[in-house]
Amino acid sequence: MTIQRDEVLKIARLARLELTDAELASLGDDLNKILAYVEQLSALDTTGVPSLEHAAEAGDTWRDDVSRPSLPRERGLAVAPAVADGCFQVPKIIE
Amino acid sequence: MEPHSWTIHEARERLDNGRITATGLTRSVLARIEAVEPRVAAFNTVCADMALEQAAAADRRLQAGERGGLLGIPLALKDNMITQGVATTCSSRILKNFVPPADGAMAARFKEQGAINLGKTNLDEFAMGSSTENSATQITRNPWNLERAPGGSSGGAAACVAADMALAALGSDTGGSIRQPAALCGVVGLKPTYGRVSRYGLVAFASSLDQIGPITKDVADAAIVLGAIAGRDPLDATSSARPVPDYSRGLKDGIKGLRIGVPREYFIDGMDAPVADAVRAAIDTLKGLGATVREISLPHTRYAVATYYLVATAEASSNLGRYDGVRYGHRAMDARDLLEMYMATRDQGFGPEVKRRIMLGTYALSAGYYDAYYKKAQQARTLILKDFTDAFGQVDVIATPTSPTGAFRLGERTADPLQMYLSDIFTISINLAGLPGMSQPCGVDGNGMPVGLQLIGKAFDEATMLRAGWAFEQATAFHKAKPSL
Repeated sequence: MTIQRDEVLKIARLARLELTDAELASLGDDLNKILAYVEQLSALDTTGVPSLEHAAEAGDTWRDDVSRPSLPRERGLAVAPAVADGCFQVPKIIE
Repeated sequence: MEPHSWTIHEARERLDNGRITATGLTRSVLARIEAVEPRVAAFNTVCADMALEQAAAADRRLQAGERGGLLGIPLALKDNMITQGVATTCSSRILKNFVPPADGAMAARFKEQGAINLGKTNLDEFAMGSSTENSATQITRNPWNLERAPGGSSGGAAACVAADMALAALGSDTGGSIRQPAALCGVVGLKPTYGRVSRYGLVAFASSLDQIGPITKDVADAAIVLGAIAGRDPLDATSSARPVPDYSRGLKDGIKGLRIGVPREYFIDGMDAPVADAVRAAIDTLKGLGATVREISLPHTRYAVATYYLVATAEASSNLGRYDGVRYGHRAMDARDLLEMYMATRDQGFGPEVKRRIMLGTYALSAGYYDAYYKKAQQARTLILKDFTDAFGQVDVIATPTSPTGAFRLGERTADPLQMYLSDIFTISINLAGLPGMSQPCGVDGNGMPVGLQLIGKAFDEATMLRAGWAFEQATAFHKAKPSL
């Protein structure tokens, strides 16, 4: 199966990546090559085989519900690209 | 021998005897960095002043009678582990100016133990790569041949240890990123069992695979560093509460009767013959030391790379969603609205390999393809783990090559992403199965470049793997070879 340019564009939008035409073309080629390689998995019979999400031995772990100090606001904001009124500032969201 | 070329255990003895101070040791290492770093380019950041302050603090603790552990030992951190007040870039433009507001678990552990943090080592951007050439900061060179790649993604960490610019370093390993560069640079690299070491403050790539571990000059040092960083951390829910053994204690117990399995699928067509020969000779050495060797089969090995590149990229596409230009890191400044800002920020901030993997992962998770790709890969992962579980019913340790070739030339594999992915063919399964694995030097290839022997242990049985590796070192001198720089 080969993915076409419009599908590459759709994936890029889902991934929030604005790609140039050149990037769309080369990434499309790369993806098709990689997908052709991973296609070999379809030869593997996995009927009735459960999924393995991770190899951790513990399942969910719990801690006591005790409050502890979090990062002070000014230290959290100090690394932000833009700040206003003690908040992260972003471009206009609503018209 | 200059102090910078010591192992941790050699330095430990001298620090504890008062024959050298932490400051003296740190000065020796900093002088070494000044002398060879311009040629090797292993570090994104060197923290000389901070290191000397930490050395002075370590000397005060030594004077007060404190001993052992990592106290006074100069080490380096891969630049994907957050450090308060010291830039943490992941070798990405998107984090170019990111100075974390807090320490991760490893930086915190260094401070508690009195280790000296020399700085942050180069990596493939977000640890995605096998040569460190995907770094947005610089090209790190292999200390054994400056025209060759150090491997990756922890290429800076492996190169800095091989070049005696740190006594040891911490790397991270998602598909081989500690073991493969350790093999290519002729040092020891250990990926612990999934859950053995806290990943709090490790910038996430693929969370079901990522694990932190040591890169050291010998196996005894790997045991020391692993013991110092392992253990439960309430800030990492995947970290195990199992007690941490004293990994140094059992090292010398010998390997008489140890059952070593050699998987036939790991000696493949197209593999570099001198690499296969060196690894087979190493297995003979282990046999000569009293181990019993038998051939085993891990039949799903050939599906590992495909499985990995679906699982790892799916997780990466989700983990890297956080780089949106809002809270930290790079932001595209001329965007008119939020969506445009996200898209332009990520286009400007990420390099080609990161984009490639985000795209592949997004595709594998997208509606209509999830079952064919992501779910299929997770089922294959079950079968790969079962291969190991079955094998470990018969053997205690598995021995393989770490990488099918020695260090390749810079630029040689950058044009073909798939060829680069195949560099990790022998290391990837171990991450998928969550097992511990260690690479150590066992010879040279036809170009005079180091070859790595990989030992794989049962889950949480790093001790047996270390014991076998230590026995091999005692019988050989490969770990003592140093590049001339």
